[in-house]
Amino acid sequence: MTLLANLARLIRSKNAGPFELTFDIMFEDEARYRRVKDSGMLTREAVASRYGLEPSQVRFFYCDNALAVKASIPRPCFQGDLRDADGHGGQQYAPLMDIEIP
Amino acid sequence: MEEIRILSPTGVCGSGFLEESFEKALAKKPHFIGCDGGSTDPGPSHLGSGIPAFPRDAVKRDLRIMLMGARRIDVPLLIGSAGTAGGNVHLDWFCDIVHEIAAEEGLRFRLAKIHCEQKADYLKKRLREGRIKPLQPAPEFNEGVIDRASCIVGMMGAEPYMRAIEGGADVIVAGRSSDTAIFASIPVMRGFPEGVSWHMGKILECGAAACVSRKTPDCMFAWVRRDHFVVEAPDERLRCTPQSIASHSLYENADPYKLVECSGTLDLTTSRYEAVSDRAVKVSGSAFMHAPRYTVKLEGAEKVGYQSVIIGSVRDPFIIRQIDNWVEQLEGRIHARVKQIYGERLRPEQYFINIRVYGKNGTMGPLEPVKEIRSHELCLVIEATAPTQEMASSIAGVVRHQALHLPIPEWSGLITALACPYNPAHLDRGAVYRFNVNHVVEPDDPYEMFPTEHLDVGAPAIRRQAA
Repeated sequence: MTLLANLARLIRSKNAGPFELTFDIMFEDEARYRRVKDSGMLTREAVASRYGLEPSQVRFFYCDNALAVKASIPRPCFQGDLRDADGHGGQQYAPLMDIEIP
Repeated sequence: MEEIRILSPTGVCGSGFLEESFEKALAKKPHFIGCDGGSTDPGPSHLGSGIPAFPRDAVKRDLRIMLMGARRIDVPLLIGSAGTAGGNVHLDWFCDIVHEIAAEEGLRFRLAKIHCEQKADYLKKRLREGRIKPLQPAPEFNEGVIDRASCIVGMMGAEPYMRAIEGGADVIVAGRSSDTAIFASIPVMRGFPEGVSWHMGKILECGAAACVSRKTPDCMFAWVRRDHFVVEAPDERLRCTPQSIASHSLYENADPYKLVECSGTLDLTTSRYEAVSDRAVKVSGSAFMHAPRYTVKLEGAEKVGYQSVIIGSVRDPFIIRQIDNWVEQLEGRIHARVKQIYGERLRPEQYFINIRVYGKNGTMGPLEPVKEIRSHELCLVIEATAPTQEMASSIAGVVRHQALHLPIPEWSGLITALACPYNPAHLDRGAVYRFNVNHVVEPDDPYEMFPTEHLDVGAPAIRRQAA
């Protein structure tokens, strides 16, 4: 068992326009990517539960040729709104880091 | 034409690039140079206030090298999303720099200036016709939103660029554009396949960002051919790999395989990425599907009010252990005091207090999964947003005084609960804006929202005026 953060080369979040937030989980090699993909732990449902959403609100992709997993969600606050705390959406990925991967 | 070569000097005009990389790229004889000049990423204030995100001197440095290079080898230079947001004020700001460089360097060329700011009457007409449609998620959009907006721009596709090139432009400075359209326009008009052309645009629009590890912003170069394109960075120290190029379509996109443009959707589901050297990648198999209707995405910003901010910290463990309750009490006291001062002149719905607690959940707010904190100090950022700066500043004064002396049961006697690093304790932020539209327009044609001016820059008449 290890944490997703120990297997990924990069976990990042970013605005996908002012109204959506997107997460990229990227891997250095095929072995680590396959290990995570095949584990069934990094899924649409896992992302939804960590951001308080229904699975239907999460767009989720395995990108085999990029060795990456991608998820996109509606932005919790629209970019720049009075309650928004992260204008570029760059620091919203921490809850994904400790997903446990067998 | 067997091949078309494209140079992208950098991801955003004003973010910089190495001049030696640019020179190496010019030696490869590009057929045109393209550069993006903006984004929504810096936030709504740039669109709302008209102030660009990159400094004028930084933009002028990059633009001077691009303009002189393009004129030296006599190829078109295409700049999109000028001045960050592309509104009329941003476009004028950018073109002013173009004219200044031309005068300083003695350059002469034909400039096409493509506008994208939308008039309220036009938008209301299309709205009434049901030809403005929401994307997901979208804020409410109606005639009131149009009237309140500081600026609404349309994001143009490739067609206005094509028409400007057909009109003889040497240099195009355009308002808000699809970043990809800047690069796809000329290859598509020269008959290269749309899937290849648009995918090349998607990679080049960020400059060298698609390289394995880009240390500073720099140039990228592509060769578009009949059934593929090849991409390589001019700086030999930068490497593109199949994985780095495939990964780039993830960046800042909600969907990594389907990229929506005005005229259709770029589909990367069947794209193939192959190394042609240890630094260059060949991409093939990308498809472009035409949309049944041409759509133009809108971006708009409206003024929310004026803001003042107090930054302060708390070190007392008694306060820290009851911070949620303390913050709630503080909000109540601020509202009570504002009511005493302003009465009916400032109702609760006309101003907004936001208290951010850094060290607890400042970054993620209600989504923060860590509920129990062990911080020995907390930073509070408290914002007051009101209809005028004077009111926002006054409320910030109230916030300061209420926060300083808000009591806790553990201590008897007057406490001073907030450490304020600045004097005066509050910072006036001026007007604040928000994005107010995430919709598309269905125009009659790709041009009606984007009128183009053709100008002779450096022509004798203009020179006399400048002198």
